[in-house]
Amino acid sequence: MSWFKRQENKIESAGEKSVRTEGLWIKCEKCSQIIFKADVEANLQVCPKCGHHFRMGSRARIESLLEPGYEIVDTELKSTDPLNFTDLKPYKSRLKKAQKDTGLNDAIVNAIGRLGPHQVVLSVLEYSFIGGSMGAVMGETIARAADRAYAQRWPLIVVSASGGARMMEGIVSLMQMAKISATLARLDDAKVPYISVLTDPTTGGVTASFAMLGDLNIAEPGALIGFAGPRVIEQTIRQKLPEGFQRSEFLLEHGFLDAVVPRKEMKQYLIRALDFMQVR
Amino acid sequence: MTEQAGKVEQVQAAEAVPAAWLKTELARHPQRPYPMDFIKSIFTDFSEIHGDRAFGDDPAMSCGLARFDGEEVMAIGNLKGRTVKERIHRKFGSPDPEGYRKALRAMKLAEKFGRPVFTFIDLAGAYPGIGAEERGQAEAIARNLLDMSRLRVPIIATITGEGGSGGALALAVADRVLMLENAIYSVISPEGCASIMWRDASKRAQAAEALKLTAEDVKGLGCVDDIVPEPEGGAHADSEAAARQLEEKLKWHFHEIKVLTEEEMLKRRFEKFRNIAQFYTS
Repeated sequence: MSWFKRQENKIESAGEKSVRTEGLWIKCEKCSQIIFKADVEANLQVCPKCGHHFRMGSRARIESLLEPGYEIVDTELKSTDPLNFTDLKPYKSRLKKAQKDTGLNDAIVNAIGRLGPHQVVLSVLEYSFIGGSMGAVMGETIARAADRAYAQRWPLIVVSASGGARMMEGIVSLMQMAKISATLARLDDAKVPYISVLTDPTTGGVTASFAMLGDLNIAEPGALIGFAGPRVIEQTIRQKLPEGFQRSEFLLEHGFLDAVVPRKEMKQYLIRALDFMQVR
Repeated sequence: MTEQAGKVEQVQAAEAVPAAWLKTELARHPQRPYPMDFIKSIFTDFSEIHGDRAFGDDPAMSCGLARFDGEEVMAIGNLKGRTVKERIHRKFGSPDPEGYRKALRAMKLAEKFGRPVFTFIDLAGAYPGIGAEERGQAEAIARNLLDMSRLRVPIIATITGEGGSGGALALAVADRVLMLENAIYSVISPEGCASIMWRDASKRAQAAEALKLTAEDVKGLGCVDDIVPEPEGGAHADSEAAARQLEEKLKWHFHEIKVLTEEEMLKRRFEKFRNIAQFYTS
């Protein structure tokens, strides 16, 4: 029982005075500035104040690289949950939720189209789908992209964003590393260009297979790139990791990347690289 | 708690342990023969070669010229160590990038002179350390996957104990991949899986079961070619007998591959991995 009772249940709203602001502004993770979301979107998901690269969805990525008129292909594959895996939640229900949230069947989208003057096969990982993890569907979809590149002699570009292998598919997910690598070896033998673009984050089995096997390996600034996750390393060596460890610039310094390229310049860089690699 | 109640609980606990976890414990048994034990009892005239020609010589990886059934071959296996001091020196069997690069260098040497390659794997995973990341652990593993898929000589890989993730696969892209009866092969350790998916590392037995990591399960999923039987009680019970059983299987598979032309062998290896683990619907 409350002491006072409201006589009228309705609260008069001021109507025209209220302004809806939620969702319009975001705080940059890097420089903590409050920025207008539309500005970030217009700037390819890069903070206009400090240049921090936010994660970018697969669809926006394809839009940012290919000319209009591209085609999305190989969309039909769906995981069968080979292990019938259940932890705290069944894997099947995790899959369903991710499929509903992203509108994709798995964490990968293949597209064919033109990148400037070059006809290419583009494969983009979707981080928001179970951490961009690699299961049988991703393995097969990238392998199909490589097959297509091989058959048509079109360059292959793969944009990675992934936590690594999909644990819920166990040994099946591990085998995808070998599957994709074998198709890349065939591309290499046929001298078909393959460029790997690494974005935040690219770790585990994805880094330890196709992401490190490009004729060129190019990363966006500040991306986390590594084999073992930072927490695993900290637990193994029992000490804090240095600042900037496993970031793009760190890998560049240690000789594992050809270049760190800001998102705005990525398309031009790729066109330039393909000019070099392709006989016209 | 009374003594009897305690016993009852112990018995119940024993019953509840999934078979996959018992196999995991057998695969990790401290007396289990390690890759180098198998190499020493199956091959003759092993003479080790060292170094990756770029950075160093990984104490967790051993490669050497050897003779198998009278034939010149390259034998490669990781090293774990038996004593505490040696285990630490060998990083408990987990190779650094230079280990994988040494192995690849050995394989290319074998390729140059047309000698088959035999690998033996018993490791929890590639070593996760600052130095390993600085020197490109991911790149080293990826390079092995790529180059092993097209190496122009026969490769036979055997998972003898733990087949830990990418670190194991980096020695196991082969014409034939065998697994010992009590070996395990997985994308992540049961402990790692439990702490990520259950947020509780003590759920490792459950995780082991969920991961389907036993030889039977992995073969059932089409990810290895054959299972090598072990002596009663496990390979550690009679390591000489275990070696003989493995030798027999190796001979059989080797003779099957040897009769193929190089082109046919490479085609089959490519197709095997291109078509492996297709678990999807369209």
